[in-house]
Amino acid sequence: MRLVQYLMVVCFMLLPWSATAVNQSKLTGQLFSSTSGKDLVEGLLVKSLMQIAEGNTKQAMLTVNELIRTTPNFKLAHLIRGDLLSAQSRALNTFGNLPPSSSGTDSEEVEGLREEARTRINHYFSADNHNMVPDITFKMDANQKHLILIDTVKSRLYLYEKSNNGLQPVADYYVSIGKNGADKNVEGDKRTPVGLYFSNKKITSPLADLYGDGAYPLNYPNELDTHNNKTGYGIWLHGTPQDTYSRPPRASDGCVVLSNPDLGKLQPVLKAGGVPVIISDTVKWIDSSRVEEKAKELKALNNALEGWRSDWVSQNTNQYLNNYSKNFFYNKGKLPEWTAHKRRVLSGKPKLTVKVSNVSMFSYPTHSHTKGKTSVGDKIIVVNFDQYYQSPTLKNTMRKRQYWKNENNQWKIIYEGAA
Amino acid sequence: MLAVLLVEYRVLPTKFKYITMTIHNILRKKFVAPLLLALMFSATATIAGELKDISTMAEQGQQKEALTRIDAYLDANPKDAQGLFTKGIIQAEGGQRDAAITTFNLLTKTYPNLPEPYNNLAVLYADAGKYDLAKKSLETAIKTHPSYATAHENLGDIYARMASEAYDKALKLDNGNSRAQSKLSLIKDLFSDDVKTVVATNNSTATRPIRKAETTTHPIKKAEPVTPSATPKAIPALKKQTETVVDNTGEVESNVNAAVDAWAAAWSDQNINNYLASYADSFKPAKGRSLSSWKKLRKTRVTSPSSISLKLSNRKMTVIDENNAEISFKQRYQAKGRSAIHTFKTLSLNKDGGKWLITKETASN
Repeated sequence: MRLVQYLMVVCFMLLPWSATAVNQSKLTGQLFSSTSGKDLVEGLLVKSLMQIAEGNTKQAMLTVNELIRTTPNFKLAHLIRGDLLSAQSRALNTFGNLPPSSSGTDSEEVEGLREEARTRINHYFSADNHNMVPDITFKMDANQKHLILIDTVKSRLYLYEKSNNGLQPVADYYVSIGKNGADKNVEGDKRTPVGLYFSNKKITSPLADLYGDGAYPLNYPNELDTHNNKTGYGIWLHGTPQDTYSRPPRASDGCVVLSNPDLGKLQPVLKAGGVPVIISDTVKWIDSSRVEEKAKELKALNNALEGWRSDWVSQNTNQYLNNYSKNFFYNKGKLPEWTAHKRRVLSGKPKLTVKVSNVSMFSYPTHSHTKGKTSVGDKIIVVNFDQYYQSPTLKNTMRKRQYWKNENNQWKIIYEGAA
Repeated sequence: MLAVLLVEYRVLPTKFKYITMTIHNILRKKFVAPLLLALMFSATATIAGELKDISTMAEQGQQKEALTRIDAYLDANPKDAQGLFTKGIIQAEGGQRDAAITTFNLLTKTYPNLPEPYNNLAVLYADAGKYDLAKKSLETAIKTHPSYATAHENLGDIYARMASEAYDKALKLDNGNSRAQSKLSLIKDLFSDDVKTVVATNNSTATRPIRKAETTTHPIKKAEPVTPSATPKAIPALKKQTETVVDNTGEVESNVNAAVDAWAAAWSDQNINNYLASYADSFKPAKGRSLSSWKKLRKTRVTSPSSISLKLSNRKMTVIDENNAEISFKQRYQAKGRSAIHTFKTLSLNKDGGKWLITKETASN
């Protein structure tokens, strides 16, 4: 009876309705017959919970033991094992059923583990990645092969590889984000920023155990963040301390935390640096057949970029400046300063050569609730490229970054600077 | 002539009872019997006396001497179950855990049908943190004696401990600390007829109407939650029955509880006169001891500790009729300076001249 009660608890507390509504033994069969590509640790975890839900506690115990054997520091597995053992001698009322003598801080930790279980199970049964792709406009440069998308709501990191058919899913990992969720605004708010970032190379100086097997900084605050007066720094992708395989979904001070094994799997991707990392709290999934729309958008943007380049070379200053939004900003000011500067530089009508190559483009995630700020609802695409510039007095190659914004169906530059 | 084993096990606060006291008492004979059979081959009254002396020595702190004597005893009676058991207890009490494990292991090999050595092995293993081995031992005990309540209960505790260990790992609590807190100790008292006495031979245990009483009260208890879904016709009848029983027992219950409270208070206050006055003249002490010799013994036991703490919990009462009742409870007895002893106890009380008096007292582990 106690076990029955417990598995009801597991069903109602953890499993999404879609999992409990169907015949569970059938479901388990389906789920675990094709676990290739799925995370083994998570697979075993979900399997054990499904076995409990089916009333198969003996098998569940074996599964949990196997899980603990492969991942001894997986706290959630120990919690489930504790429950399975407790169920032998007392009734369980809840998942993570510690004896009543436990102190208050424990229950906070238990709640964190419960959240982790819910998050992992929800992901396991979600249909997001079946024939769906994230609504991202992208074009990778010659060095880029991967894109990372982090869904802060689902505590999930998706790794994609570029292919002729768009984004190809490679793997996805459970991640922990800031204690207070997403959309970082000020230093110390313990939130994870929402935006498009680029990863840096692994930090080589020795780090505290908290960061686990390594840390890859992101360029928070990026140009748009700074413009929007967002503060804070040190947002990294990093691992977990040695004593724990994973942390609750909301646990960090704003960093994105992966298990050390998962971080290890990302190491070849992150090694070179410059990997686009889109962190979003409003990830939209679209049917892969709609990828053509994305191609159209890219083409329009390519045309806009080429228009900007040719306007610059042609010395038609007004037309050139027309590429810039009235909300334009750069590191020394806004549109008036920029206009004055450009008019002065271009007044002598020097003969110019400008070449744009190795272009990358990535759509900037929109926020769910940052009203009155530059990014609300509008489509922004971050464009990076190598710029070759030659005038009678200067020859220069640089990596440039522009933020383009779709304003009334016209692509305008809202930021420009060195990348 | 008989030596009854008593297994004491100090438990975690989260205790789960598997078998109710009454059933436990009825079944008790079952697991004691094989031991008695085994003893018949070797044990005589004098040998039992020797073992008793050895136990007393050990209890008084002369463990070295006790061990020497028990070894000599075992040289003469190498396969004596009671002797080996006594040795294991002395070793366990003396902190020689590994040696005690060896002794109990030998005992289980020689007498695989005795459940107590398995139980003790389990306690020792659990003390060493070897919960898997402890669990196996208890499972073996239960396999040979499916109704062995202590083993069931201990198994529950082992699970609880394993669970707590798992929770510790889940929450990264201070393992060292929690281990120390839940340290098990094994207490054995073989021949004492004090609080820990087990009565096994008295036939009245089996013949007394405990079972009957249980079966009459149970359906009534069960009927209550069932009534909403029961047929309308059945409801009044059931209700009436429940009410009358409740009315009857309510008064008896409070009187019996008061009598037990007075008995416990006298004991813990070490008021020997009030304590002995709680017992009926017809009270039959365990092990065929005469009432006067029992009273003498009790006087020593009750008055000699510098103080006594006594706690009763989990009371379960069976009202047999308006003059007879049976009450079971968990008893925690602690004499100052000694470790606490947990016992399950059943008292039979009889109303005589307006006073509820104890006619029978059985205790078990």
